[in-house]
Amino acid sequence: MASYTIPHAAGFVANDAPRIVTERFDHPDSYTLERYLATGGYDGLRAALERPPADVHGEVRDATLLGRGGAGFPAGVKWGFCPPGVWPRYLVVNGDESEPGTYKDRLLMELDPHQLIEGCLIACYAVGLSQCFLYIRGEMALAQERVAQALNDAYEAGWVGRNICGTDFSVDIVLHSGAGAYVVGEETALIESLEGNRGMPRLKPPYFPAAIGLYGQPTIVNNVETLANLPWIMRNGAAAFTAIGTPTSPGTRMIAVSGHVQRPGVYEITNGTTTFRDLIYGADYCRGTRPGRELKAFVPGGGSAPWFTPAQLDLPFEASEIGPQGSMLGSGAVMVMDDTTDIPAAALTLTKFYAHESCGKCVPCREGATWLERVLRRVCEGTGTPRDLDVLLEVGASISPGDFPHAAVPERGLEAKPFPYQMTTICFVGPSAFAPLHSALTLFPEEFEARVAANAHLDTELSGTAPSEVPVSV
Amino acid sequence: MSFFTEENRTLADEIIGRYPKRRSAMIPLLHVAQGQAGWVSPEAMVEIADLVDTTPAEVLGTCSFYEMFKREPVGKYLVNVCVTMSCALAGATELMEHAEERLGVRAGGTTPDGMFTLASAECQAACTEAPCLQVNYRYRYRVDADGFDQLIDELASGSLDDEIPPHGITARVRQHIPVDRAVGALPPESVDEQPVWLAAPAGNGAGAA
Repeated sequence: MASYTIPHAAGFVANDAPRIVTERFDHPDSYTLERYLATGGYDGLRAALERPPADVHGEVRDATLLGRGGAGFPAGVKWGFCPPGVWPRYLVVNGDESEPGTYKDRLLMELDPHQLIEGCLIACYAVGLSQCFLYIRGEMALAQERVAQALNDAYEAGWVGRNICGTDFSVDIVLHSGAGAYVVGEETALIESLEGNRGMPRLKPPYFPAAIGLYGQPTIVNNVETLANLPWIMRNGAAAFTAIGTPTSPGTRMIAVSGHVQRPGVYEITNGTTTFRDLIYGADYCRGTRPGRELKAFVPGGGSAPWFTPAQLDLPFEASEIGPQGSMLGSGAVMVMDDTTDIPAAALTLTKFYAHESCGKCVPCREGATWLERVLRRVCEGTGTPRDLDVLLEVGASISPGDFPHAAVPERGLEAKPFPYQMTTICFVGPSAFAPLHSALTLFPEEFEARVAANAHLDTELSGTAPSEVPVSV
Repeated sequence: MSFFTEENRTLADEIIGRYPKRRSAMIPLLHVAQGQAGWVSPEAMVEIADLVDTTPAEVLGTCSFYEMFKREPVGKYLVNVCVTMSCALAGATELMEHAEERLGVRAGGTTPDGMFTLASAECQAACTEAPCLQVNYRYRYRVDADGFDQLIDELASGSLDDEIPPHGITARVRQHIPVDRAVGALPPESVDEQPVWLAAPAGNGAGAA
């Protein structure tokens, strides 16, 4: 089996599966302009410039390139949402990768920055975007350095800036470093941040970026990995792209698998067909749990995704199959827990993350996430009571009312509750704060009950009328 | 007396010039200020407000939202130990306990000699290499107690000075757009026509100079 880790690309593991965005990672100098040009670099842009912009847009639409940032919306369709006749239009590149468990955009920026730059240029050409802002997460120093160097080299060589390739296509790409805020990965918060403000999400409608985005202008926000696919698509065509994977989830995607597996790593997998079992147990992938350990649960799509158990191992990386089973593929991150895992404590690490990262704009998230963390911490420390478990669910329901999505638990006869969820907040950070805890409580209730059973006598019997039943006189 | 050095003032003007609106340069300028002093002082915020045509209160509002901007001095080395899920599953809690013991400060504290600030950090996007940490945003992977001690010894001795600049400087390579290649950033209200290449397809693919 040809699978090997690449020393200069810590974390990345290569194998025989088709590679689109990581094909240059094997070269130690993959990030240089010389290597890029020697391996087909900027050929996709040249191919695009020989065709009318609308054709290039059509090619991307035909490729069914799904956004790789989390929502999975087709990029070509998104590009079509800009209202006609409103100028200028902007491109904002979302490189603020911060979802727990996720790292692929960082590797793409560190190891192949020119591929991203070429992708930005193709998007700008196709949709008529007159300036590009490349927003990179503040904590990613090396990615910022590599992209800055690549941009400097590309400007010098005439690939970016005025009259690209001697044509009348001209666009500036501006590198913009963030400063540490998870919520800025949400596209409207990203735009707020780029305008120099606190990174708080805007209400949609009316602030759909394609219509009212940066400076109130039509703005396309695309993820780094999404754009990194464009040079390959322009070189090889949409048909070659859709020949990989399934018709509804074509191409490849990068998945970071971390936690209790023998070989954690970032893998480029075939979209739509690769299953979680392949990924966690396959000889070319993670090679299973540690010796003598059993799989207990896994997070299938980043910290915001409801959890799966071994019962869901045979599901493929196909959005249309994951949603009905109660979770999402999200940002391409799988976190694996074996039977040594303390489930409430594991959930707490994520609840704490969201409580810390809530931007404070929406009350249910700001207050709710904070109380979820406090109450869950008390449960984990052994001072919680049975009533606390109800409180956790009540607080969660104030952020996301109704049945929250979860996986099936066959041994308890519990059926899956499919996506989506409802929310009382502007953005997904609120429900995400509830997701890990809700999964842990639903899939492993006994671990929580065991923590609080000894304190049952501390719960006071409530009497009187519940506040919701008190008659209100107006 | 201005806060920015002459060199950084020139840099600030160059950065502001890349954006259609000056205010967009606020976060980049806060980074420049922090790179100069190691933290963001009130004087720096007042000067940035002037540069981007807003009030110091607005700059403080933005500055205080973002984790990386420190509004009081921190150690020469900011040691961010990741404590989110993948790292926690791989022993981040134990690593943090060891770090606190070794440095003699709790998470959030700075050593008396001003060399190290220890902090717990959220996911740093190196989850397969857990537990991980960043020193001034430079990664260290799969860190155990011995590895941590060795890192601190090396930082204290200055042997990592080439790799890890003092706190405040993140990227050492900066973007520079050559004047003769720049398209330039126009305020959005001054543009009302579609880009020229949409009107008449670019179409010759002549290749770069």
